Amino acid sequence: MVIVGLPLAALVWEATSQGSQSFWDAVSSPEAAAALKLTVGASLAVSLLNAVLGTITAWVLIRDDFRGKTLVNAIIDLPFALPTIVAGLTLLALYGPTSPVGIDVAFTRAAIVLALMFVTLPFVVRTVQPVLQELDPELEEAAQSLGASTTTTFRRIVLPNILPGILSGVALAFAKAVGEFGSLVIITGNIPFKTEVSSVHIYGRIESGDSAGAAAVAVVLLGISFVTLLSIGAIRHYATRHDR
Amino acid sequence: MSILVKNISKRFGDFVALDDVSLDVESGALTALLGPSGSGKSTLLRIIAGLETPDRGEILLAGKDATVLAPQKRNVGFVFQHYAAFKHMTVWDNVAFGLKVRKRPKAEIAERVDELLNLVQLQSFGHRYPAQLSGGQRQRMGLARALAPEPQVLLLDEPFGALDARVRSELREWLRQLHDVVHVTTVFVTHDQDEAMEISDEIAVINHGRLEQVGSPRQLYDEPASEFVMTFVGDAQPLGESLVRPHDIELLAEPAEGAIEAMIVRVTLLGRDAKVELHDASGAEILVLMTRDRFEESGYWRGQTVWAQPVRERVFSA
Amino acid sequence: MRAVVSRLGLRAIALLYLAIILVGPLAIVFWRTFEDGFAPAWDALTTPETLNAFKLTLIITAIAVPVNTVFGIVCALAIVRRRFPGKGVLNAFIDLPLALSPVVVGLALFLLYGENGWFGGWLSEHGIQVLFALPSMVIATIFVSLPFVAREVIPTLREIGDEQEQAARTLGAGGWQTFWRITLPSIRWAVIYGVILTTARCLGEYGAVAVVSGRLQGETETATLRVQERYEAFDLAGAYAISIVLALIAILVLVAMTVIRPREETA
Repeated sequence: MVIVGLPLAALVWEATSQGSQSFWDAVSSPEAAAALKLTVGASLAVSLLNAVLGTITAWVLIRDDFRGKTLVNAIIDLPFALPTIVAGLTLLALYGPTSPVGIDVAFTRAAIVLALMFVTLPFVVRTVQPVLQELDPELEEAAQSLGASTTTTFRRIVLPNILPGILSGVALAFAKAVGEFGSLVIITGNIPFKTEVSSVHIYGRIESGDSAGAAAVAVVLLGISFVTLLSIGAIRHYATRHDR
Repeated sequence: MSILVKNISKRFGDFVALDDVSLDVESGALTALLGPSGSGKSTLLRIIAGLETPDRGEILLAGKDATVLAPQKRNVGFVFQHYAAFKHMTVWDNVAFGLKVRKRPKAEIAERVDELLNLVQLQSFGHRYPAQLSGGQRQRMGLARALAPEPQVLLLDEPFGALDARVRSELREWLRQLHDVVHVTTVFVTHDQDEAMEISDEIAVINHGRLEQVGSPRQLYDEPASEFVMTFVGDAQPLGESLVRPHDIELLAEPAEGAIEAMIVRVTLLGRDAKVELHDASGAEILVLMTRDRFEESGYWRGQTVWAQPVRERVFSA
Repeated sequence: MRAVVSRLGLRAIALLYLAIILVGPLAIVFWRTFEDGFAPAWDALTTPETLNAFKLTLIITAIAVPVNTVFGIVCALAIVRRRFPGKGVLNAFIDLPLALSPVVVGLALFLLYGENGWFGGWLSEHGIQVLFALPSMVIATIFVSLPFVAREVIPTLREIGDEQEQAARTLGAGGWQTFWRITLPSIRWAVIYGVILTTARCLGEYGAVAVVSGRLQGETETATLRVQERYEAFDLAGAYAISIVLALIAILVLVAMTVIRPREETA
């Protein structure tokens, strides 16, 4: 509690130390606002992409069988194990100026999406896998015996049951994406108003000695994190409502 | 609708689940697939439903080849041992599912669902969720759900296996009554011979993936075609060279042709029945069942040596 | 037939997704690093500053992991086995570091221990330097890697139940003995898995440490910080070389996770 609570308290203190007006100024300065919009927008986009691709990946890992599946399953955790700065560097190597396949998205917004896809890849996959595993295949068989096509079965039977898994994965991915720093530092070039995300903006403010400004934006990110954490709890509560 | 099973074979890896099984299911009858665990009976049922595909053989539904037809198109109702209830839907929505999927008009669906809920006596449970129902109620819902789209065949996979004994016998009785009203061709899988004997018109006994015998309960009991059927349907024990049922042994005070000498080891009086346990010369156990009146009439006592004579026995070539 | 096509189609989508995002980039870095042979990479790795960076990373990890392991086990025991006011809050706090941006963490610590910070005055009076030195880097790393052991142990403890511990107590075992002989062995795989995750996080930490360390070459530069420093110094080969080492460690971590996970789940 001490370890976590105190620093956060100091953060809030500093953020409000210059008064609420200056808090607002710091947060709504053109650069800060641009960074926040970019951060939230990119994170949302990536989270939704993850919802689809992550669910497909989880489906393939649970329902399909092929040689090397264990290996593929293990790779999913790579973003957890690899330092974020290294992740950024590897993405730069393949999709940057020295790309062997001719794709160069360095210093563009596409690079942000790419880096965020990397670091958030495991989240939806890992939250959907256990739910999919638990799902009784007999439910789908029952639906088929009652005449439902494969798509209808997925839509009416599978999806409602795995939705909580997808949603909590999306929330986790969003929280991670909003605060992501290391993987973005190199590949995006951190161009203000174009490819600068909030975490980088905060870093810039610290280096310039504007701790209050940094703290103000940081508190906004903190708020987003809190809300996301709460929603994950709510999703979990909602998901188990039929079992009570 | 008649079901014709022709030379069905299925294996899972090295395990042979079904070996050249052929069966003719009478239209409108209540047929049991009876056998021990792992005998292949559930696999056969699932093949009829289209939930598994056979390696060899054919399935004909109403004379038409349905072997590779998807389950959605077969118009069979399937009831699962563990209910497979759609737990995120109400009871009402569960039962309505098959009709909604067929895009029937709302009024028609409402009428049919209410009719079925009444039939299975769940009329006041429509708005509840499966988690709020008891096991027996969930299975009745499962039946209503399977019957809603008016299937031509009703298949039940150990439908009462997950329920406790009292509920099981209630529902068993109830299934028979339902069948008498609804008259749809019904096939159910069970490992419980009492259940099969009690309610089915015809029983197909399956063991190790092979069909042992098909017949009415009476035929199976009186004229078993193999040692397995005799010991599985009713009890039987070896006595000398043949198999004899406990009810088919008479105890004599004097030696007689074909009778085996044995000593009465224990007598248990269970209600109106007497269970007499004997040991023969080699110490092997012989079980005899008779009415209590008969036993008391005979005046035998524990420790006495008597002669056990089979009244009805069968010999099967090895 | 349609079923087969859709199954293969989904498989293709998933594998392509993974190849584009994960495998491709990693493979390229491996290739680029050893393109000109082993020697240049080795040279880049063995400069004094780089070796120092690795050493620093290891020291920080060696401190943070045991601390968080103990903390994690203690917290898990408290949350699962005890009732006390504020339990829900504690639970939420444990999850918090996962949702926070590392830069925000760094900033918070900066404000706490910096010269104008809450503790700053007291610390400089006593000549203790926290910021721009090892202590703050250790604290930052502990913060971000806090949750892992606790989050692995909590569900395991819940599932096991405390019957075994009750039995031990009726047989005369004291608190410490019960913990050492009964509780700990029953959660050992969860602890090990949590330790692996914690270690990986410590080794890979970048953002928070970047803020509090001041990135002084040769002094407060960890391996991850060094990667960025080499990149900014246009020494791409050097950056790649260090990245390879970190990537290899990451792969080792993945292997360990894959091996341990089934044991953790069936324990």
